[in-house]
Formats: sequence, C-alpha cells, structure tokens
Amino acid sequence: MELRAELKYSKSHEWVKEEGDVKVVGLTDFAQAELGDLVFVNLPEVGDEVTVGEAFADVESVKAVSDVFSPISGVVTEINEDLLDAPESINEAPYDAWFVKVGEVSETEELLDADAYQAFVDSES
Amino acid sequence: MLIFEKSKAGRKCQNLPECDVPVVTLDEKDKREVKLHLPELSEGELSRHYTELAKKSHGVNDGFYPLGSCTMKYNPRVNEVVANLEGFTDIHPLQPVETVQGCLEAMKILETYLCEITGMKRMTFQPAAGAHGEFTGLLLIKAYHKSRNDEKRKKIIVPDSAHGTNPASAAMAGYSVISVPSGPDGCVDIEKLEEIAGDDIAGLMLTNPNTVGLFDKNILKITEIIHNCGGLCYYDGANLNAVMGTVRPGDMGFDVIHLNLHKTFSTPHGGGGPGSGPVGCKDFLVPFLPSIQVEGEETFVPVRQPESIGEMKNFFGNFLVEVRALAYVMTLGKEGIPEASTNAVLNANYMMNKLKDLYTMAYDEVCMHEFVMSLADLKKQTGVSAMDIAKGLLDFEIHPPTMYFPLIVEEALMVEPTETESKETMDEAIAVFRKLQETAKENAESLHNAPVTTPVTRMDEVGAARHPILRFQFED
Repeated sequence: MELRAELKYSKSHEWVKEEGDVKVVGLTDFAQAELGDLVFVNLPEVGDEVTVGEAFADVESVKAVSDVFSPISGVVTEINEDLLDAPESINEAPYDAWFVKVGEVSETEELLDADAYQAFVDSES
Repeated sequence: MLIFEKSKAGRKCQNLPECDVPVVTLDEKDKREVKLHLPELSEGELSRHYTELAKKSHGVNDGFYPLGSCTMKYNPRVNEVVANLEGFTDIHPLQPVETVQGCLEAMKILETYLCEITGMKRMTFQPAAGAHGEFTGLLLIKAYHKSRNDEKRKKIIVPDSAHGTNPASAAMAGYSVISVPSGPDGCVDIEKLEEIAGDDIAGLMLTNPNTVGLFDKNILKITEIIHNCGGLCYYDGANLNAVMGTVRPGDMGFDVIHLNLHKTFSTPHGGGGPGSGPVGCKDFLVPFLPSIQVEGEETFVPVRQPESIGEMKNFFGNFLVEVRALAYVMTLGKEGIPEASTNAVLNANYMMNKLKDLYTMAYDEVCMHEFVMSLADLKKQTGVSAMDIAKGLLDFEIHPPTMYFPLIVEEALMVEPTETESKETMDEAIAVFRKLQETAKENAESLHNAPVTTPVTRMDEVGAARHPILRFQFED
C-alpha cells in the first residue's frame, strides 16, 4: 500500500491535502485496492455543502456501488471532472485522482498521519 | 456471431401468399427515412442460429443453478401444457367478458390461493416482475398516507442487507431512503430501528428470510415498531420460497407484499421471462389497487377500484405466467406447498453443513432456503476470490451462486439449491466446491483464468462496464 507523508488520512479511507484555504479530498490507495476496478464515479457539484461523516460522492466497481464519505465540512469549490470520464485513474494513481476541493472549511474530523493510518489499516485487516 | 452478421440480402424463411387486396402505396412523407435492419435468413439457418445460442447458454435444464435469491427451481412441464391451452392463448383482453369467463376464473382462483398463502386480502396481477411490484406496493403506501392527509411521511426504511431494487423502487416512488444497519447476527438492529422510526416514516421494506438466508426472529417486533410510528410494512417476496405454506407475511405484520411468480411459483425466468410480480395487500389498502380486480362467485367481471392508483401495466399483466403459477399451486396443493419450502430449507442446510469445514459461513447457524459464505479468508491466504471460485464452477457445468451479495458480507457467495435438486446433484456440487478449495490452495493461478472449457472464457467485466457496447453497429 502506497502512502504519502504529506497527506492526512481518515478512517473511512479518504486522503486530505491542504492547499492554502482549500482542502483537497481523494480516496486512498488502500480504498481503491479494496474496491477493485472502478467503472463509474458520481461527484457533487460546485457550491454543494459537504458534511463530516456524510457521503459526498460514490464510486462504482463491477461488484458494488460505495459511498465516499467527507472528512470535512465546507463548500465544494472545484470538482475533478476528469474522473467522470476516467474512473480508472483512481485505481492507477489514487493520490493524483482528487475528487473535490473544499473551501469555507468549518470542521475537520480527526485525521491520521501516514504512520497512524498504516497502523489503522493493519489493525482492521 | 449475431444474427445480423449472418444476414444475406434477399434470403427468406417464408413465401407469403400473393396479395389479394388492392396495393396501397404510402406517401413519401410517411415512409421511413432509414432502412429497417431486419436479418434475412433461411429457416434452416435461423433454426441453427438459435440452437447454437441455446447450446452456449446454461439453464435450469442444463445443470445445477444455485443462484441465491433468484430461486432457479425446475419449472414443471405441466405448467407449459396448461399455459398452451387454446382457451388461454387465443384470447384478447378486449373481447366480451362473457366469452373469457374461464380466464377470469383462473385469475380469481390464483388470487384466492396466493392470498391464502400470504395472508393478504386481495392481489393485483398487473406488475410485470419483482421491482415493478415493489414500485406498485410503494404507490399503494403513498396513496394510503395521502388519503389520510398524512403527507409528511417522506422516508422509507430499508435494511443495509436489502436487494438493491428496494431503495431504487423507493426513490422511484419519490421517497428518500434510510438504511437501517444489520446486527452481528445478520438481522435488523432493533435499537437502531427504534431510533429511526418516527412520524416522517412512510414505511419499511423487508424480506424475511432476509438476504443472508436467516429468518429474522424479531419480525413481529419490527413490524410493531413501524406500525407504532404510523408507517406501513412492505414484504419483498424474493425469499418466500423458504416459508410458503408455513409462515404468512400477513401474520408477520406486513401490509403489502409482492411475489415473484417466476421464482417461487416455478414460471420461467433468467432470460426466459416474462416475469410476474403480483402485489397483495391487506383490507385497508384494497381501494387503492391498480385496476382491474376480478370480482364474482359464479360469473366474473373486472371491476375498477374506487381510489385506484391507476394502471401499472395494460390489462391483466402477464396472464400466461399467472396460468403457469396456478398450475403449479394446484399441482402441489395444500400439502405440497409447505413441503416444497421445507425441502428447499433442508437442501440448503445439507449443502451448508457439507461445506462449512472448508468454507467460512457468514453466519454459522441453521439457515433457511439459502446460505451465504465469505471467501475473505481464502482470498487473503491464496488470492483466490469469490469471483474465481464462481468462475471455476462453470468448468464443472455448474452455474455460479450469487456473487458479492449481500453487500454486508465480504467476498460473498450466496447458494440456493432449491427444493427441486436431488441429493445426488447436491453431492456432486459439494464435491466440486471442495475440489475448488483444494485447487485454490495448490494452484491458485489456474482459478484466476477459469473458466476455460466454456464457449466464452473469463469476461473483461471491467472493460465492459467502462466501455459498454449497448447495441450492434450496422454499417449503413
């Protein structure tokens, strides 16, 4: 499993990167491997509110549709439209395949650093 | 090769008789602009084409078909004989009522029997299949709340183990969906259900036995919680095959149900449809039923319900499917119906117990008509997934079980042998399952490539989902 030291991780397997005032959210390498080959992605729209612990997107594999949960509360400022046509990029490069950028962040759940997330994943499996 | 690719211009199956009426030519503006793509073949070629397709497929008549939750039981030939009687086939829904009394009576009898089996007051045969039945049932629930000016109820509760059609049907009916989690025992988490229940709840959708093959022992408590908050209870008949003639959804507290005649009552399905998903309801929902209900004791007339939700399908639904179901119910009778269910449960438990030393059961207890195993450990140890085992079965001419469902079980395989399989057939299947487990440990790689003996081998499901080709592309 690939991890990046500069990112923070949620227990629901999203990564978060700080970019100035906004936070960028994507799915971890562990999550994409567990989900399998993704064939479809649903993203929110710019201006939508996202809330800690609530689904803001969903991803579909051959097996099932799964929710993607938001580790932060705020307003979507940008979505990665490239994902809609190329869901496989989440499998190929999970840390480049960001889902949304969120601004006006009002709340962030307690996130893990790379080592703590690795330990969390190990304890889960 | 598709039939369109075999087409040769000018070739035909039949010589039509000479035209004996005046020929009329259409105005240019009424003519098609694009040529019709009709395949042109001789009768022999056509016949071979379909025989070839039949050889490439796997049906209940070819071999074991333990597709969980789909109840692929054998469809007795007597059903076909009855459904092919002229009095049933050579009719039209608009012909005078007095000339189709037999057909109306057949529907009335079937309705009476199915209501008795399910504990419902009336039943409509309009819905064409299960999900259509769910949608119909939800519209009944909606009409009921509306009739009471209780339109604040906008939510339907669905367990996290439910069939995907349940939340989809609820959304189609204009409801938002709340998922209630299952407890570690695979059954509805009662405490969570109590938390969710409130005056915004229109109803609950549930199948019992549930999708992990267990009978939810708290069912009376569950329906009571929903009724106490003012909601109604919907029974998804997907798993009725385990309990027909023994337990009635009506007695469990359900107000509205659908049945899958094509599962439980042995009519063709799995590509061979059409299906039939009759919806039954308790007394207080009858006024809302779709038209048209058959009324009468000796002479039969179709009668529209006063506050009907309207047409769900034209006329009486898929009538000949209903005739097949009637033949099945009458063949089995009062003793045979519960016996069929008992044998379905016995067969599932037999297979489960013969496999549980090698395969991890998701819930290690007495199951109903199907059981769910989790191949998560096997995948971890050997890399062989539920998908690989399922594909491996194909090389032994066994149809795979349902895969990756229910979603609450990791690497799930859901096996439903049905009552129509003999002990010998199940013993063979058990031996294959056990052999595949050995293969997984000794030669995992070979299973990643399975099946190798079938007309088409491992499909590129990801490629198909990412780049779907939905129809044949004609050259012109």
